[in-house]
Amino acid sequence: MKSLFTILLISIGCHGLANTIRVGDLEQIHSLRQGIKLSKDGDTVLLGKGVYKEGNIIIDKAICLLGVNGPVLDGDYKYEILTLTGKNIVIRGIYFVNAGYSSMNDYAAIKIIDATGITIENNTISNASFAIHIANSTHSLVRSNTITGTNRSEHSSGNGIHLWKCSNMLIENNSIGGHRDGIYLEFVSQSTIKKNRSEKNIRYGLHFMFSPDNAYLNNTFRNNGAGVAVMYSKKVTMTGNHFEQNWGPSAYGILLKDITDSHIQHNTFFKNTVAIHMEGSSRIEIQKNIFKENGWAVKVQSSCDDNSFHHNNFYGNSFDLATNGTMMLNRFYNNYWDKYEGYDINRDGIGDVPYHPVSMYSMIVEQNPYTLMLFRSFTVQLIDKAEKAIPGLTPEKLMDEKPMMKPLKL
Amino acid sequence: MMKLSKYVLYDILRSKIILAYTIFLFIVSLSMLQMEDNSSKAMLSLLNIVLIVLPLVSLVFTTIHYYNSYEFIELMSSQPMSRTRILLSEFAGVSISLLSAFFIGIGIPVLLYAANDTGFALLFTGGALTLVFTSIAFFASVSARDKARGIGFALLLWFYFALIYDGLVLLILFSFSDYPLEKLTLLLSALNPIDLGRIFIMLKMDVSALMGYTGALYKDFFGSGSGILFTTGIMLLWIILPLWAAIRKFNKKDL
Repeated sequence: MKSLFTILLISIGCHGLANTIRVGDLEQIHSLRQGIKLSKDGDTVLLGKGVYKEGNIIIDKAICLLGVNGPVLDGDYKYEILTLTGKNIVIRGIYFVNAGYSSMNDYAAIKIIDATGITIENNTISNASFAIHIANSTHSLVRSNTITGTNRSEHSSGNGIHLWKCSNMLIENNSIGGHRDGIYLEFVSQSTIKKNRSEKNIRYGLHFMFSPDNAYLNNTFRNNGAGVAVMYSKKVTMTGNHFEQNWGPSAYGILLKDITDSHIQHNTFFKNTVAIHMEGSSRIEIQKNIFKENGWAVKVQSSCDDNSFHHNNFYGNSFDLATNGTMMLNRFYNNYWDKYEGYDINRDGIGDVPYHPVSMYSMIVEQNPYTLMLFRSFTVQLIDKAEKAIPGLTPEKLMDEKPMMKPLKL
Repeated sequence: MMKLSKYVLYDILRSKIILAYTIFLFIVSLSMLQMEDNSSKAMLSLLNIVLIVLPLVSLVFTTIHYYNSYEFIELMSSQPMSRTRILLSEFAGVSISLLSAFFIGIGIPVLLYAANDTGFALLFTGGALTLVFTSIAFFASVSARDKARGIGFALLLWFYFALIYDGLVLLILFSFSDYPLEKLTLLLSALNPIDLGRIFIMLKMDVSALMGYTGALYKDFFGSGSGILFTTGIMLLWIILPLWAAIRKFNKKDL
């Protein structure tokens, strides 16, 4: 519905009672600045091939700026390239390079402030500190852009797509890499983030805070410095995402901190150091996910309550579950665990003895990380077996009472 | 020396124990690799065999072989031949037979079903551990005079390396948990060939977990080119040093 709305806006924006203004080397108007100056609401500005170094350009009219044959806007490492404000502006098919960097201002290749109905589509942005920076805006669309950063340090680099105080946004099909955070949201609501690829960013692939009621669908977050971190939000839906190869001492597939009333479904977690790390989170439904070959599939701190994990597949993880206390207020049922060794006499596909996913050794490692050196050693296996037979230190109530015998078809 | 090793090898092959061992390894690894639907779980079971069974068999077989061929060794000593050569050819004969049992029994199934990084790490570790424990067994059997003592000593060594050592490490790590232990854990892992081999395999098998807090240290150290050299070097030391000590003892020994 949201996307329909925005598409409607675009079509109104571009094809109303419009004049077309051509800018380019071979045209009458050579400067983009002049072209925009001449345009009125509803006009289309066609930007021809060439490199334009015109400093900061401000667009505050409802115009449609289209690149023809890949024009390049160069910020000369000094300027913010485009600043948009107002409503119904379309930017499409332009290369943005070398946007400025400042430690005082958040310079961006495209900055959008106090706007509504903006469309940023099919652009390529490289070498920017912030690529697309949107503040205090609504009903906008950012689609199919390719964003590559410079991989500088965490301090001197900005975010790929940065949203602050926005609502009803659609971020779709973008590919982002080499920035501080791939996609960053703060105070954003009723928005959809889908089919994006966020890879090799310095810090997080996706990072949001105080952003309720958003949906994250079919995105891929791979090989980011610290994975994905989501904090202080409620009613978040994450479906069909891939979290892959987020490796490092504090890298997480997803770090959930104070997330409540949310759904995490049909996601794939593959080869992360920690697939899901939960802290202070409540009432999250985690179901039908695949956890494969992660270091730790799930780390649940004892500050979490009322979460339920069910119908997930756990295969080949070094540790299925780790926790830091003996209290456990979360529910686990009907998951498939490849380490389950029980039996199924009545052949209903559900194991007859409960599965305890927390091993003694994972508790030991949680207390003293150096003991990781003994992982998979015979002594450790003996300790684990002894603890399984007579549980003393692992949380007794933490178990899957109805583990599945066969992997679920997901 | 080649001739003597050849006789030792023939002698071992005639006893058929090595043949049984090869078949046992072959059947176990083949059935594990075929039964498990994901090969990583089968590799886990094979890891246990490589780390536990292989050293035990190498130790016990070598010790028994040494005492059984004691008379042959005595006879050879009466010939114009240096004792070093006699012991080295015994070592060569035993280790070649054990190694070929390992590479046929586990190597072929692994190459057929799991020819990946983990598989090759497993084969490397298995081969190295076979040699290390053959060499340790020679030291144990040269040190003890009678058979019962020799086997007892070998078993004790196995217990120490496979079980007790890790318990001690756990104890040390917990007692000194307030101190930075990164360097210490590296040192501790080098002091036990089984641990060293295990960490070498784990680097391929549990990369994700090892990228965690302290694991990253192992990954940086053992995973790099110099780390692989380090592992190989320490393994070689573990092969050479006990053998060297055994030869020294054997040379001075009153047979």
